[in-house]
Amino acid sequence: MATVTEAPPLAPEQPKPPRKRGRWTPYWLLLPGILWLLIFFAMPMIYQASTSVQTGSLEEGYKVTWHFATYWDALSEYYPQFLRSVLYAGSATILCLLLGYPLAYLIAFRAGRWRNLIMILVIAPFFTSFLIRTLAWKTILADGGPVVGALNTLHVLDVTTWLGMTEGDRVLATPLAVVCGLTYNFLPFMVLPLYTSLERIDPRLHEAANDLYAKPTTVFRRVTFPLSMPGVVSGTLLTFIPAAGDYVNADLLGSTDTRMVGNVIQTQFLRILDYPTAAALSFILMAAILVMVTVYIRRSGTEDLV
Amino acid sequence: MTVVNWLKRNLVVIAGLLTLSYLLLPNVIVTIFSFNNPKGRFNYEWQEFSTAAWKDPCGVSDMCGSLSVSLQLAFWATIGATLLGTMIAFALVRYRFRARGAVNSLIFLPMAMPEVVMAASLLTLFLNLGAQLGFWTILIAHIMFCLSFVVTAVKARVMSMDPRLEQAAQDLYAGPVQTFIRVTLPIAAPGIAAGALLAFALSFDDFIITNFNAGSTVTFPMFVWGSAQRGTPVQINVIGTAMFVIAVLFVLASMVISNRRNKQKA
Repeated sequence: MATVTEAPPLAPEQPKPPRKRGRWTPYWLLLPGILWLLIFFAMPMIYQASTSVQTGSLEEGYKVTWHFATYWDALSEYYPQFLRSVLYAGSATILCLLLGYPLAYLIAFRAGRWRNLIMILVIAPFFTSFLIRTLAWKTILADGGPVVGALNTLHVLDVTTWLGMTEGDRVLATPLAVVCGLTYNFLPFMVLPLYTSLERIDPRLHEAANDLYAKPTTVFRRVTFPLSMPGVVSGTLLTFIPAAGDYVNADLLGSTDTRMVGNVIQTQFLRILDYPTAAALSFILMAAILVMVTVYIRRSGTEDLV
Repeated sequence: MTVVNWLKRNLVVIAGLLTLSYLLLPNVIVTIFSFNNPKGRFNYEWQEFSTAAWKDPCGVSDMCGSLSVSLQLAFWATIGATLLGTMIAFALVRYRFRARGAVNSLIFLPMAMPEVVMAASLLTLFLNLGAQLGFWTILIAHIMFCLSFVVTAVKARVMSMDPRLEQAAQDLYAGPVQTFIRVTLPIAAPGIAAGALLAFALSFDDFIITNFNAGSTVTFPMFVWGSAQRGTPVQINVIGTAMFVIAVLFVLASMVISNRRNKQKA
């Protein structure tokens, strides 16, 4: 399972062994898989782009009329859901980083012979369907339950209410519950790449820093954290991208006031059957994420990683 | 003072263990509530201890049917994605060819795309082609999104392979086919196995893409989703707990076996 996370953004292209066997062999090897991706991944994108500029109705059929107003209408009607997606996914990503870093650090440097066991415990929940686990949060965050009671006594709920994340004595059906669910669901995708990049750090660098009288905090700030940047970048991407498109947490743990853009796309596509609007929304989401990812990768200076 | 020092030194361990318990808490709840005897249709509040659901795991109509659909889908999706993905991985590592950049981005993009976007656009394609939604459209979708993960898993392994091993086999008069079967494949096997396991897990647990492209076919995650609206049977927790335990046992067993092998070699 670790390969999910260490692989995608971190697949370094090494110089290829220049070996010439059959001239056509590579093309034959590539053909079936690449055709599959072209037909079922790339072509659907084109169909979707075309659907988004069509007009018509379900009964009379749709025609391409280059009706770009659909984009404008979709944005002006559903911008709150877009903003919410970015806000919730962003908060979940930051929480994942804050929670996931100590765990990854623990596995990489402090776990000793427990390392494998902790690793298994991080990955094993994957095998209990994530929907079942998300439903368990309904029990954990239930009204009047021990968790809500504790948060109330500690006045945490006062703070979150002030931030607009909760209302009154409830956690369930509030933005806080959705962010909590998103954080929980995508935390392993943060921990695993962080662990991979922390584990690669040469321990002698820590020793050297210590020998040069660096305080533990300085060692972390000047040595460990900068060297773990590839993990931070791929971890945040692997958390933010799926979280921004998610509609499961908002649906199961939230309310109608926590609907994200994924929920809108799902209802438009599967219940209201307004295909052009749904296609336009999905296209905007895709474009927004690609732009954000590109800018983010440029700014964090790890372009060569992708 | 010593307590404060101890806390200071082990702060990261304590924080890490807290995160770990946050990750495991839902699994504990799922397990506990598999022994619940709920009053209403929903299994969210603890009532009383009961082993009824464990004695009759298929007692809910359609649930075990959906489980078998999911297992079949995961099985075929794993075979399809592993086969196609391994071929691509070998081509990428072992050969020079044109349009390598385009191939790489075509493999990277599905992993960087929100699932809902892929799901919606694939549904657009199927609707435009007039395809009948069901088992086959789900299978097509699963192979599509598992493929990239298999490629990255296998590629990592093949890249770290020593090419001299194959040269040695050829020097010893092994033909290309023999070299591939007797030398290359066994060395690449752990990467292929990792990719296949990943594909199985991804396909078995997929909800969003399946939800869009399933038609009236019901997979296990879709059954759980539907039951969140209609009423959650305790049997769902039984299945969830059983899968967790099986996965942990499976991993532990494979670790014990590989440890033993390493000891024998040493």
